[in-house]
Amino acid sequence: MVSKQVNITLSGVILDERSEVTLDELCQACRVDQSVIMALVEEGIVEPVAGTLRPCRFSGTTLPQVVRALRLQRDLELNLAGVAFALELIDEIESLRKRLQRIDL
Amino acid sequence: MEFRDYYEVLGVARDATQPDIKRAYRKLASKYHPDVSKEADSEAKFKEVGEAYEVLKDTEKRAAYDQLGSQWKAGQDFRPPPDWDAGFEYSQGSESADPNFSDFFESIFGHGQHGFDRQGAGFQSRGQDHHAHVYIALEDAYQGATRGITLHAPEIDTKGRVSTRERTLSVKIPRGVRQGQHIRLAGQGMPGHGGAPNGDLYLEIGFNPHKLYRVDGRDIYLDLPVAPWEAALGAKLKVPTPSGAVNLNIPAGSQTGKKLRLKAKGIPGKPAGDLFVILRVVLPEAKTESARKLYHDMEEQSDFNPRASMGV
Repeated sequence: MVSKQVNITLSGVILDERSEVTLDELCQACRVDQSVIMALVEEGIVEPVAGTLRPCRFSGTTLPQVVRALRLQRDLELNLAGVAFALELIDEIESLRKRLQRIDL
Repeated sequence: MEFRDYYEVLGVARDATQPDIKRAYRKLASKYHPDVSKEADSEAKFKEVGEAYEVLKDTEKRAAYDQLGSQWKAGQDFRPPPDWDAGFEYSQGSESADPNFSDFFESIFGHGQHGFDRQGAGFQSRGQDHHAHVYIALEDAYQGATRGITLHAPEIDTKGRVSTRERTLSVKIPRGVRQGQHIRLAGQGMPGHGGAPNGDLYLEIGFNPHKLYRVDGRDIYLDLPVAPWEAALGAKLKVPTPSGAVNLNIPAGSQTGKKLRLKAKGIPGKPAGDLFVILRVVLPEAKTESARKLYHDMEEQSDFNPRASMGV
């Protein structure tokens, strides 16, 4: 069964540095328990907005970071220390690739 | 549908041990993982590898797959045997599995249980959040755009049958959005149960590759070919930007690789990104007699030695 529904034009919110998400919202969006997010915080993979430890709030840019970290953990069967290490290396590769693109005309 | 040879995908023998399979998967997964690899087909390749591993890592699924027999070759037209019952019971669901497995996978293992909200009636729970990718042109990030987005959501009817509900949303892509950012649409996720609110919809923004520009966060890079006399003597050139052409002064004595910054001509926002123009000096070909003469004149009249610093 296929039903169609056309809505009016919707406007969303960009999750950027100036927006914030709560711990609950992160959990809902990634379908994980609070403990999973807190483990990522402990490992230094994501960082709450300073001074908001209870309740925790995060920058809007945290969501893609959590999505990526959980994807790596699941797909490569890594532990969190491995995820943190992989993320550091991936970011470094990414910035080297961009430098290379600029030099390699 | 096409038969998939999961052993071939992972590059292991049919009698490979479970640790062999795990090792092969790890190797391929770290090679093709979309977060790591930038090869164009890495995502498709990773899905293939993930599907093969989903089956072969699980001894029950592997046994079921092996029952199909070894006479099948990858890509062969495949129909499940008539007595085949897709309703194998698996002790482990496919919850972590990618919901986009092939038809071949689904014909053998059924739909699995991925992504469904299985809470019973009378239960109050907020709807699940939904995620989708949206690809836009770089220019859309400068001007903002409206995009129709078609979402497929699995739904279970009152008789427990699974169907796919398709819905089309018209979504405003705000000006200043950047690659990889998420846009949250409150209440547009899966419906809630028992009067609880709907989940949210998250759209992850990707940019289609552009033939002129490269994107790095808010900043844009453009390679600009210039003639030797433009680089040597300086010039005022018309340069394309995603928000329209602008005039750019090329300083005299510029070389290939020189970077010129057009402030705030990157992706708009607070702060706006910059547009960097990288000069690339392009030599005219010495094809005609007059062109060759120009090069000869330069050779004779100039003591230029590009290798002066090499001590030869």
